[in-house]
Amino acid sequence: MMFWRLIVAGLTLLLGRGRRRAALSPGRPRPRIVPPGPPSPHAETLVLSCLLLATVAAIGFIAVFALDRLPAQTQLLGIALGLAFAFLAVATVVTGKRLVANDEISEPYPEPANEEAREEIEQIVSESTDRFTRKRLLVVAAGGAGTALGAALVVPAVSLGPLLDTRALKRSPWQAGVRLVDSLGRPLLADEIEPESLYTAFPAGAEQNQVGSPLVVVRLEPSRLDLPPERHGWAPGGIVAYSKICTHAGCAVSLYRAPLYDPTSPRPALVCPCHYSTFDPATGGGVLFGPAGRPLPQLPVRVDAHGRLVAGGGFSGSVGPSWAGVRTR
Amino acid sequence: MRSLAVAVFLLVLLPGAAGAQASIERGRALYAQGCISCHGAQAEGVRRSSVPSGAGGLEGAGPSLHGVGALAAHFYLSTGYMPLRRPAQEPKHRAPSYSGREIDALVAYIASFGGPGIPAPRPERGSEAEGFRLFTENCAGCHQIAARGGLVTGAVAPPLDRATPTQIAEAIRIGPYVMPRFSRRQLGDRQVDSIVRYVQRTDDPVDRGGWSIGHLGPIPEGLVAWLLAGAALVAVARMIGRRAE
Repeated sequence: MMFWRLIVAGLTLLLGRGRRRAALSPGRPRPRIVPPGPPSPHAETLVLSCLLLATVAAIGFIAVFALDRLPAQTQLLGIALGLAFAFLAVATVVTGKRLVANDEISEPYPEPANEEAREEIEQIVSESTDRFTRKRLLVVAAGGAGTALGAALVVPAVSLGPLLDTRALKRSPWQAGVRLVDSLGRPLLADEIEPESLYTAFPAGAEQNQVGSPLVVVRLEPSRLDLPPERHGWAPGGIVAYSKICTHAGCAVSLYRAPLYDPTSPRPALVCPCHYSTFDPATGGGVLFGPAGRPLPQLPVRVDAHGRLVAGGGFSGSVGPSWAGVRTR
Repeated sequence: MRSLAVAVFLLVLLPGAAGAQASIERGRALYAQGCISCHGAQAEGVRRSSVPSGAGGLEGAGPSLHGVGALAAHFYLSTGYMPLRRPAQEPKHRAPSYSGREIDALVAYIASFGGPGIPAPRPERGSEAEGFRLFTENCAGCHQIAARGGLVTGAVAPPLDRATPTQIAEAIRIGPYVMPRFSRRQLGDRQVDSIVRYVQRTDDPVDRGGWSIGHLGPIPEGLVAWLLAGAALVAVARMIGRRAE
């Protein structure tokens, strides 16, 4: 209710402005400076329809963005936003070419030293636009197109993250006893994890698309492991598991630098292909290189009686990119 | 009758065996000239610590070649990855240092220490769609989806346009330099066929978007788009505007 009253009040203000100003400045008619020109209803209609189409296209962008299920989502978004800008551009060009007087005045504008000169400039400006017959409608249409386009540019920010519910960022399906499976749901066996190979694992029976689900699993030589003392027993046989979501920008850590021959190559590392954040799997996921600000969260694993890998608990830290506040672990 | 069969069998087999033996001997000689300082007298590898510093100018520090088989030997020699000038150098794809016959001899010698044979991928058996999916999951992170190569921190992932089907299949099993290795359980031979078929396709990709700009990726594409759009905007501005006197 409040909302509607605000809108009505805003519209009244907007539409009433011109009328009020006209009433306030009566007086003698001054001689024209800008030569009079004929009104151009066709051009005005063209500008109005372009502004309307720009509004529709911008709202279309918001609609496509909100639906988020269309087959050619990206192309449609691009077309909608592009059309909105194009219609706005056509409206501006037509206004400038056909509606506003654009006769050149050769003298430079004098400094508005006195009241007389300032009134003259105001008069020039107002007479330049007196070819408009539907000025207020045009102003409203332009305002509408501008608002819709502005909204279309701001709305995608919604995707940057949950607005209020930040608990979703910390939720993870991993807890003690959850089995590690591959993308097809087959359990990962400890014996099958080979050194110098990279495995992706998911929690058995949970949503794979959640930010807290995917893992990278690698087997290191147990003698090379240098985990913090409180993580004792997290890496049976040298098998370590980390969150696959980079702590910098949330890409998938899909690169494993696996030296074939240690003495002559860089040490083993998990690398994110987006910005080359490089993590050390041997020391608990610490950052070796790149823009990431905190280590990859590690998941304790153990081997059950059937030789399958199961989680020994939750992650060592917050999963996912470093939103404000998450950086402090 | 049986003795005749045995005689025929021996007649066929012996020259072959003798030829293989000669090849191994030739390989041993080449090994002694080119490989021995890093990989050791019996191909047992030389750890850096076992070499006194400055001894004969030898740096040492090459891995053991026992059990790597013809597969690894053929890969490293045919891609020109080996021999390396210095052990810590990153191997790069270049023209092989040995002729085809010399490579065969060296491969036969290394294979005599045991290990897997040279794989024979058959890309025509594979499926391009499956290859695309597997390449996306396992290879594109480093090599890019267009197989044009890329970076890992500290190393270069080479482009795959010069790699032969056999070399691709070998690299998948070895994981050369810092590449991870893929076991038969992770990627079966049929799946390797599909990957090879996809990589062959990337030599001549279908660019539905039009101009490929060397498949350099989205950032150069964006720069080129901005450049073209900027030129178009200047043209439009000139068209609708009026020049100052």
